[in-house]
Amino acid sequence: MRLEIKDLRVHYGKIEAIKGVSVVVNEGEIVTLIGANGAGKTTILKTISGLRPVSSGSISFDGQDLNKIQAHERVDLGISQVPEGRGIFAGMTVLENLEMGKFNRKDRKNEMDEDLDRIYTLFPRLKERTSQAGGTLSGGEQQMLAMGRALMARPKVLLLDEPSMGLAPQMIANIFRIITEINKQGVTILLVEQNAQQALQRAHRAYILETGNVTKEAKASDLLNDPAVREAYLGTGAH
Amino acid sequence: MNFSVVTTQFWSLVLQGLALGLIYSLVALGYTMVYGVLRLINFANSEIFMLGTFAVLWVEIELLGHPVAAKPLGGFELVYTLVIALVGSMIACAVLAVIVELVAYRRLRARGASRLASLISAIGVSIFLMETMRMFTESRPRTAPRLLEKWSFGEIAGANFRIDTMLAIVAPIIIFVILDQFVNRSRLGKAIRAVSLSEENAKLMGININRVISLTFLIGGLTTGAAAFLYTTVYENTVFNVGFNMGIAAFTAAVLGGIGNIRGAFYGGLALGMMEQFASAVLGSQWKAVTVFVVLVLILLFKPNGLFGEAVQQTRT
Repeated sequence: MRLEIKDLRVHYGKIEAIKGVSVVVNEGEIVTLIGANGAGKTTILKTISGLRPVSSGSISFDGQDLNKIQAHERVDLGISQVPEGRGIFAGMTVLENLEMGKFNRKDRKNEMDEDLDRIYTLFPRLKERTSQAGGTLSGGEQQMLAMGRALMARPKVLLLDEPSMGLAPQMIANIFRIITEINKQGVTILLVEQNAQQALQRAHRAYILETGNVTKEAKASDLLNDPAVREAYLGTGAH
Repeated sequence: MNFSVVTTQFWSLVLQGLALGLIYSLVALGYTMVYGVLRLINFANSEIFMLGTFAVLWVEIELLGHPVAAKPLGGFELVYTLVIALVGSMIACAVLAVIVELVAYRRLRARGASRLASLISAIGVSIFLMETMRMFTESRPRTAPRLLEKWSFGEIAGANFRIDTMLAIVAPIIIFVILDQFVNRSRLGKAIRAVSLSEENAKLMGININRVISLTFLIGGLTTGAAAFLYTTVYENTVFNVGFNMGIAAFTAAVLGGIGNIRGAFYGGLALGMMEQFASAVLGSQWKAVTVFVVLVLILLFKPNGLFGEAVQQTRT
């Protein structure tokens, strides 16, 4: 498995949001994209999932050019996204939300119980809430549900968009612990975060994104100790 | 004004209101299902209804060979004739609705056109269908053969339980129960709810949006087709512009119940049918259409989200 973004450009109308970004995610890695609001992090994830059209450049997955593949088919290839704001189906129960994650799997009936077990082990809280409407969960629980739902599709790579957003510190630590756990179970992770401290501690490699450009690429541990990065992303007051 | 009818004919008016209202409900579903996933009013739905009424006539007269002057049928022949006419109308309307989506909306959507463009396209399709039928029928109303003899189960409190009235009440209720179960329990039904909640998130689940959109047009067509059959069976005539009033009334019913909401369409239709029957009994039948418009204006002014609020997906909780 290898996700490779080459010279990607994406536009919103006439505004260029991504200005020639190249990113590589190798099998088994946790790679993080960090950057301020509006740097283009979410746009990159949406483009990988096929929600935004590519203006130029390419995205390949397992050597396959994703440009020709529709958004809903990319899930079948093994790309799942946990969207910004979680994207829980509010009127559906927790169980229904999880089932939606498997919508297109050919073997969904046989896999269902096994995968539900796996997800309830990762997120015991969800098991207590199976028949509760998704919209009534707390922010942290919704994040868990969104991650569990994405895992139902048995992804090869999981795209996580700001999983820590709006959560209490304890819940943030919990979520990041689970991200590492998921990675250890063999799922490659591309993590977009404003919480650079946590992201850099968990990730193997990192890219720093500024207004649509990658300005730095390095091992995550190196960036944690980089004075310029500390100043811009890890200083007091910065998230 | 004649208020005494409200007391003397109360139950009779209720029964008539139910029958008319539930026919509205079925057509309202055509608007509401599509709005739920596309946030678009499919104005062509009224003309799909109109073509459905002609499909019923065609099946009964041409396909099954019962001329307008034919005697009422009985027994098994009656049942299968009605069933074929019902199914024929449903299929015709469903196919037409899916084609309308492919031709008039999908291409615009693929190019990222604005909602306004789709709306204009909808009105265009609507005019096209109506004018085509005007030419074919030379603007003449058509009468349906009375295949179902209108016998009565009996009278209770002045309400006449006539067979066609009962059919127009029972059939929509059955259809609504089936649809409600389908949307809440089946996999495809859940896909419809997912798309109506968020198209983007539905895509992330691997849902093929275009297929779900076709499915909602198909379902809207099926219910509109059923309405066309019931309408033709109860009122026994149709004309090329029959869809106009029906469309306004059904759209009002959908908005009244909260457009995008399936149960809202049901109750909205019922409420509107009742109001129309009572208003025309009290004020005179020339006020029928006025009632509908007054309701539409009032609801848009004071409760634009309708009585039950928007959203197909909230039928559950």
